[in-house]
Amino acid sequence: MNTPTRSDTLTKPMFNVGPSLLRLRDMLVQKVLPPVVILALLLGLWEILCSSPTAALPAPSQVISDTWELIVNPFYDYGGNDKGMGWQILASLERVAYGYLLAVVAGISLGVLVGQSTWALRGLDPVFQVLRTVPPLAWLPISLAGFQDSTPSAIFVIFITAIWPIIINTSVGVRNIPEDYRNVARVIRLNGYEYFTRIMLPAAAPYIFSGLRIGVGLSWLAIVAAEMLIGGVGIGFFIWDAWNASMLSDIVLALVYVGIVGFFLDRMVAFVGNRVTRGTTQS
Amino acid sequence: MAAHYLSVEQVEMTFETKGATTNVLHEINLSVQRGEYISIIGHSGCGKSTLLNIIAGLTESTSGAVILDGKEVNAPGPDRSVVFQNHSLLPWLTVYENVSLAVNKTFARSKSKAERHEWILKNLDMVGMSHALDKRPAEISGGMKQRVGIARALSMEPKVLLLDEPFGALDALTRAHLQEEVMRIQDELGNTVIMITHDVDEAVLLSDRIVMLTNGPSARIGEILDIDLPRPRNRIELADDPNYNRYRQEVLRFLYEKQRKVENLAERRGKTAPASATKKVRA
Repeated sequence: MNTPTRSDTLTKPMFNVGPSLLRLRDMLVQKVLPPVVILALLLGLWEILCSSPTAALPAPSQVISDTWELIVNPFYDYGGNDKGMGWQILASLERVAYGYLLAVVAGISLGVLVGQSTWALRGLDPVFQVLRTVPPLAWLPISLAGFQDSTPSAIFVIFITAIWPIIINTSVGVRNIPEDYRNVARVIRLNGYEYFTRIMLPAAAPYIFSGLRIGVGLSWLAIVAAEMLIGGVGIGFFIWDAWNASMLSDIVLALVYVGIVGFFLDRMVAFVGNRVTRGTTQS
Repeated sequence: MAAHYLSVEQVEMTFETKGATTNVLHEINLSVQRGEYISIIGHSGCGKSTLLNIIAGLTESTSGAVILDGKEVNAPGPDRSVVFQNHSLLPWLTVYENVSLAVNKTFARSKSKAERHEWILKNLDMVGMSHALDKRPAEISGGMKQRVGIARALSMEPKVLLLDEPFGALDALTRAHLQEEVMRIQDELGNTVIMITHDVDEAVLLSDRIVMLTNGPSARIGEILDIDLPRPRNRIELADDPNYNRYRQEVLRFLYEKQRKVENLAERRGKTAPASATKKVRA
């Protein structure tokens, strides 16, 4: 035999590598390798910067050893607020789910109203433009006063944070429905309900979903801050509690979880949006 | 029985924009027999599409009336289905669903579910689109989209089929092909058709009568030309037909000698621009 070429050594190991496996390897190299390398570099940098005994913040190795109990045991329950990270996050997610779903229903309805009626647009738009600039936490005292209870107050803060981008995007989407689609509906003589479900919602769906995506991100931003103030079980209060107990490693771990959950929330809405609006954006 | 199937009587259209009134259509009178194929031709901007929209009921005329089969038209409806220039298929529905939306609404009471299904398939088969029932508009070519648009309009069994420059956005070969299809379908079904076009060959090839509009503003019916050519017509044979060429020349003469567009427009711009400016000052 001649000297083996490079491709021989790569593609002819003990067994026959199928083309799909090769493609998998290419994908791993192209898509997975870069973030892994960057992550390793960042962690390395962090480790070096925080390795001195006088450092104010814990290094990654320190975080992992401090929080190992929390990492391996996310669903313990010792009563009161002393629950695993899994429960804390689920409690926060539950509040977000209520507040966000209310915002979706109310936001899409108001958005359709404002998109359809010029009168409603003129009347409501100034109100929306002012209210949407109010920071989420500024709503908390007044909702505590109104609801006299922390849980509905937190839900209200999520609701009021998430609703603005949903309203605004929905109304833009409804206003941008091409005249042709309206004409088609008129020739076929669709009634109001049929027009709403068969034409308006699908035509505005790409806009609605971009509002929903912004809304879910804002909800998750607001819940952590709101929970810090209202207490109880939840990732926000967990962070505040850890700060009061000077457990910086717990805070770091919580931040990692908050980031990952926020990422998945965003991806989830984006995924649903892609499925629902498939075909709608091109014509 | 009424003498004329469709009649347009003394239709007048005036638009009002920012205090200035523009008379678009002036004293339009037109009678159409059942089964007739009428083309409306004129330079762009002369109000052809406005006239078609008035007949469709999509636009309300300032004065005058459109009477179809003994009844006055004052709203759009499936008895005057429109094939829009840019196909106007709903991109989130498949080919089948685009037609079924119209069929299920129009024949909700008069046809059973199975009959409607058969009817949808029959109409899509007639335009040669049976192979793409489950495709979305984005997945088929421009010519195919227009075929589906035609199937959707035909499927409503309109008394008058309105075609708004149906082949305008297509390349020459596809256009010729679709013209043949429309002629074949009209032969088969004997529809009454009104087509807007700016293509002289298309008008002569397809029509029984060509209605020529003068240039706007205040466009009137300039001439009506009867096309007395035997059907079925064949574009290759007609190319050498002296009658065909005479008709063609007559339309061309109307458009390019009696209603020269370019010079008129330039002249009018020069004259009317200052006039409208003084009007604004006075207002």
